[in-house]
Amino acid sequence: MKILKTLAGAVAMAGLMAGSAVAADMTVGFSQIGSESGWRAAETTLTREQAEKRGIDLKFADAQQKQENQIKAIRSFIAQGVDAILLAPVVATGWDQVLEEAKDAEIPVVLLDRQVDSSDDLYLTAVGSDLEHEGEVAGQWLVDNVGDKDCNVVELQGTTGSSPAIKRKAGFEKAIAGHDNIEIVRSQTGDFTRTKGKEVMESFLKAENGGKDICALYAHNDDMAVGAIQAIKEAGLKPGSDILVVSIDAVPDIFLAMAAGEANATVELTPNMAGPAFDALEAYKKDGTMPPKFIQTESKLFTQSDDPKAVYEEKKNQGY
Amino acid sequence: MTMPATLKRVLPQLIALLVILALNTAIAPGFLDIAYANGRLYGSLIDILNRGAPVALLAIGMTLVIATRGIDLSVGAVMAICGAVAAALITSDHSLPATILMTLGVGILCGLWNGALVAFLGIQPIIATLILMVAGRGIAQLITEGVILTFNVPGLIFVGSGSVFGLPFPVILWVVLGIAATLIFRTTALGLLVEAIGINRRASALAGIGTSALLLAVYAASGLCAAVAGIVAAADIRGADANNAGLWLELDAILAVVVGGNSLMGGRFSIAGSLIGAMIIQSVNTGILLAGFPPEFNLVIKAAIIVVILVVQSPASHTLFAFVKNRPGRTIGAPTPAAKTKEEAAR
Repeated sequence: MKILKTLAGAVAMAGLMAGSAVAADMTVGFSQIGSESGWRAAETTLTREQAEKRGIDLKFADAQQKQENQIKAIRSFIAQGVDAILLAPVVATGWDQVLEEAKDAEIPVVLLDRQVDSSDDLYLTAVGSDLEHEGEVAGQWLVDNVGDKDCNVVELQGTTGSSPAIKRKAGFEKAIAGHDNIEIVRSQTGDFTRTKGKEVMESFLKAENGGKDICALYAHNDDMAVGAIQAIKEAGLKPGSDILVVSIDAVPDIFLAMAAGEANATVELTPNMAGPAFDALEAYKKDGTMPPKFIQTESKLFTQSDDPKAVYEEKKNQGY
Repeated sequence: MTMPATLKRVLPQLIALLVILALNTAIAPGFLDIAYANGRLYGSLIDILNRGAPVALLAIGMTLVIATRGIDLSVGAVMAICGAVAAALITSDHSLPATILMTLGVGILCGLWNGALVAFLGIQPIIATLILMVAGRGIAQLITEGVILTFNVPGLIFVGSGSVFGLPFPVILWVVLGIAATLIFRTTALGLLVEAIGINRRASALAGIGTSALLLAVYAASGLCAAVAGIVAAADIRGADANNAGLWLELDAILAVVVGGNSLMGGRFSIAGSLIGAMIIQSVNTGILLAGFPPEFNLVIKAAIIVVILVVQSPASHTLFAFVKNRPGRTIGAPTPAAKTKEEAAR
């Protein structure tokens, strides 16, 4: 199926899918980066869903991680005279020229998920999540749940130096600041992967008295948490009760772990960036309402009481 | 061929390993503790043996390839392909033996592709294997359809996290495979023939060695080792992660071979040396994790330690050691009479 979708994307990029048979209120071109991660595939799925729901004719172009493909796609959207353009930029720089062209053609551009370095009058608005806020939500959950008990936290960081790792760490630290009973005792990078998450957690367990001194695990993404949960189980401890597990992203597999009582909470990085973007576009088209330059998506907290099994069923078909 | 000769060959590597283990013990109290719980041994030393398994497995094949003066950059990608194949087969209800056999077959096929490019088309190994290194991850993603393909089949999971006689199964795998490879190449003339190709392929061919067939076999062996490593890596996390499985491990495998005292110029090789090399690398990794330094230092510390090991092993410092040893009036570091007789016995 995915191969077909990719092919369809390539066909669209070649400009062969000009115009759909269904008459629509609005035609929107969407230049997507590619499908390098499950999250991005889900973003594409949800963008299509949202467009269909609102009767928007969506023209999709997959750039396969190349900026030049995105620039070509935007030029072809302009030539086709679309009503608006959604852009998930692969890099931050080098967009001035093509954004000028869109502006001259009076086509509003909405940035999804990532930002660009261009002046902000070249695009209508940017929709994205606040990485630091995600870390704060995770930290706040822990603060609310441990109460006055002493709690030693181990942290699995994302790839060293990446902005999600830096900001999710900072946000979490902000949330637990002032709560002296909570302390981060160990912090290492797990490179956002399951394998490294498991390996690093094994060493944390060895270093902290077989895991008996660890009260909670904070992982910068769910995949590392899933790996760490296996390490905790193999060490003969119960993840979710002996060691609390809180992570970020809300990918389907963490909901399975939550349903089994092995993970406690996750903060959603929503793949539905298109919803708020279409809201803003519709308001703008209707009566010229200018949206704010940055629309922050909700960082929703999911816990074991949110029926994780149902969320898993809902999420598993979104292409993660 | 006697034991002392083999031991003497890997002595510098063993010393390096012991020094690093000693450093780890100094950094992390309780590093040497080994406990028995839930039917398996449990401790940092066991972790090193277990976590080092993928690189150790890759290093076995890589040693043979490098001995022919080749290199196999594709092993990381082949790991990803084989992990994906195994996960795809087991989730579509194939039996465990069928899954494992077919996955190993895919690994051998990948190796044969590399070998054919090198042996028949005469493409330089670094370029020939670069092709699969780049394309392989894409192939793996096509198989998993871009997601982490998870499975929950006890038999396959056992390969990654089961234990036999208290030892993690991956450890058993690399030790047995290492011994088997050593026996195959050292009790027959195969090892000698491989070394001959590495020293001079043309001369070997003229001397009547079937160099093309041997090269094919050696790359196929490397593919097979990568397949085993791929199954272990996927079974360990109960899922095939096409993006990250085996990522950069080809470089760790090459490093293990070099740290193991083998020359990238081909010729003489020691599988035992490479396996110890793999354990040295993993000991450094585990030590860094236990030390609790900020992660920004990980790679710097690793690089510094590797540089020290390579400098100590380099021909230039061997000359220096020999010079210091043989200075008149100095006896420190000179071989003891016992060592001398051993050396003579070895000859």
